[in-house]
Amino acid sequence: MRKSIFLFTVLATISLVFIRCGNGSQTQNNSSGALSGDLAERVYVAPGEHDEYYAFISGGFSGQLAVHGLPSGRLFKVIPVFSQDAEKAYGYNEETKPLLETSYGFVPWDDAHHPDLSQTNGVIDGRWCFINANNTPRIARVDLKTFETTEIIEIPNTAGNHSSSYVTDNTEYVVAGTRFGVPVPQRDMPISEYKGNFKGALSFIKVDPESGHMNLEFQVLTPGFDYDKAHPGRGKSHGWFFFTTYNSEEANTLLEVNASQNDKDFIAAVNWKKAEEYIAQGKFKTMPTDYRHNVYSEETHSATSTKKTEVKVLDPAECPGLVYFLPTPKSPHGCDVDPTGEYIVGSGKLSANVTVHSFDKMLDAIENEKFDGEAYGIPILNFEDVLAGSVVQPGLGPLHTEFDGEGNAYTTFFISSEVVKWKLGTWEVLDRKPTYYSVGHLMIPGGNSQKPFGKYLVAMNKITKDRYLPTGPELCQSAQLYDITGDKMVMLSDFPTVGEPHYAAGCPADLIKPNQTKIYELEKNKHPYATLKESDARVERDGNEVHIYMTMIRSHFAPDNIEGIKEGDKVYFHVTNLEQDYDVPHGISMIGANTSELLIMPGQTETFIWNPKKQGVWPFYCTDFCSALHQEMQGYVRVSPANSNVPLSWSLDGE
Amino acid sequence: MNKLMSILIGAALLTFAASCGSGGDSDKSKPGIKKIEPAKPEMSERMVKSVDVPETIDEAMVEEGKTIYEANCTACHKIEKRFVGPALAGIADRREHTWIMNMILDPEFMVKNDEIARNLLMEFSAPMANQNLSKDEARKILEYFRTL
Repeated sequence: MRKSIFLFTVLATISLVFIRCGNGSQTQNNSSGALSGDLAERVYVAPGEHDEYYAFISGGFSGQLAVHGLPSGRLFKVIPVFSQDAEKAYGYNEETKPLLETSYGFVPWDDAHHPDLSQTNGVIDGRWCFINANNTPRIARVDLKTFETTEIIEIPNTAGNHSSSYVTDNTEYVVAGTRFGVPVPQRDMPISEYKGNFKGALSFIKVDPESGHMNLEFQVLTPGFDYDKAHPGRGKSHGWFFFTTYNSEEANTLLEVNASQNDKDFIAAVNWKKAEEYIAQGKFKTMPTDYRHNVYSEETHSATSTKKTEVKVLDPAECPGLVYFLPTPKSPHGCDVDPTGEYIVGSGKLSANVTVHSFDKMLDAIENEKFDGEAYGIPILNFEDVLAGSVVQPGLGPLHTEFDGEGNAYTTFFISSEVVKWKLGTWEVLDRKPTYYSVGHLMIPGGNSQKPFGKYLVAMNKITKDRYLPTGPELCQSAQLYDITGDKMVMLSDFPTVGEPHYAAGCPADLIKPNQTKIYELEKNKHPYATLKESDARVERDGNEVHIYMTMIRSHFAPDNIEGIKEGDKVYFHVTNLEQDYDVPHGISMIGANTSELLIMPGQTETFIWNPKKQGVWPFYCTDFCSALHQEMQGYVRVSPANSNVPLSWSLDGE
Repeated sequence: MNKLMSILIGAALLTFAASCGSGGDSDKSKPGIKKIEPAKPEMSERMVKSVDVPETIDEAMVEEGKTIYEANCTACHKIEKRFVGPALAGIADRREHTWIMNMILDPEFMVKNDEIARNLLMEFSAPMANQNLSKDEARKILEYFRTL
């Protein structure tokens, strides 16, 4: 009895000392760089001043791409990419509707995942941002001069376009890999015959170095595993592409159990330079297929959608040296290559360790044929012979890794909700910091390139629970900002995001700011329905189609009185903003129109269709507060019965 | 005490600036007379300090100026009739040449700093739009205006 009291007292004392110590060190941490006042200063960007970095954060199931500033976290724009956006008329006006065309018809939504910025010599160049649609497989290109989606290409033979859209060192290719095995070509067959019959297509999309235009150059038709994430080789491994796989079991039901049977799945290493050789030698099959390629022209302010009918396909079994499998433990998710190109990090999401392969060892194993069997004609390299090392038990549920360019890696852990900093080469854990909660991706500006810019790390969380004011059952997702300039990471702030942030890309603002388009020059406006001066404003009837050629300038429309419109007409409003000054858009909306407003930038022309259904006199007005006389910016359309004799006429100020 | 001093100095400067501004307006430039304007206390980078206007009208410039005018100005201006903005007939006799060009080049600055421009805004209510024209384009419009 006495003994136990004694023991208790000793234990309590020890634990008290321990706790005090703990608190003490925490306080010390705080005072050495985390005093709340100090933290606030480090994310404070004074009114009128600019953030140092851009962050492009995927909107996940919103289908869009959010533009934030770092370190403030302020949201500047939500760029509509795969989903219609009534605010900007994206996917509603006649000009942008073709961007959302697919082989399945018009698809107004998608699940946007992984933004990646164009690079030159392995360094971010700030020209374009690519992002993938996961559901109806597509890759989009956003032009960072205008922050508009200017191109979308559909990816055939693919389902769950998830190991996408990553760019090579010189933006030679943007890649798109399939997460779901599917019959290729698609056909009516029993699902239970998946194994051996379903395929996984890895698509290489060539990017024109001048225009940025994308072309589906070729596909590598690999076995029907789930290709989860991807990363191009960097520097010395430039010319290779790495894809993590799970479901190497090729299960087709209850995957959460049946796809987790094998001790190891694979990282697929694809030699795309070799693929180019095979293509040049003509060792491809031309497969009939069906996909759309949609391009927006800045001259006509309009997109066109083109149907494509074939794709070049390479079969790795017939192309030696094209693909190798690197065994990687337990359903690897993240696939990340360090800035030197030597280390390929595979995060087995069910593994306790983070596995790192060596590119040099991989080349050696290939040269000396250190194989451990093959799968569908693709050599499997011996695990021990390609392994560089493992980070042993750093946390639970490793997902993604980014780099600071100083020999350190940062990996997110979903299950234990933390970011862990570790050292490349020694694999020792250097620091860990909690996230709130259930972190997925992380982003260091330039952290997936040869030249990370360091300074900040953004962790993106799936769950926020109690972190913000509650908003009913649906809560926001979030990003958390860490300062990584010191030995230890310091959490600076957290801010809510648009939709679910999967991945993000970031770079210094100076790479993008100087190249901004401020207005569209009227002289260069080649829109087929543009009205370039007010005296050309008019209304034309062609059967029951009526085309209104309208102009807008602070603060009136021309014409603003239109008569002779009849019930059953299809009325096109082609509206040109005649302003040539920065930041003077105008909007227009028509009562009862079954579409969104238009929001028209200076010098731009956009079109919406209105089907007048009721007789009367119906107003339209400017929707974007444009000047002190914005409220006066309005007009009327008179709608008469279908058999009426009211002549077509239009006027402004009685003329 | 210090505060009071700086307010007083500021007020004095403002008065000076205002008198400078209105003083310049009464002086009209005439064709053929090369005239150097006194430097205004403030002027934006878009604006011109002076303009060389030879007596003979340059017909080629007039044509170009007319085209630029029609593309950029007619949404708000007519020649003979008051519209959103003032009628433009006779404007080259009514206003200094630099004033015309500067009103085209930087209307925001002018309504803030120039008394005539401010009074016109009071009268017409609609602020003039900046159409981002170059000094060369504004000069050609001026040449066209000399024919009105």
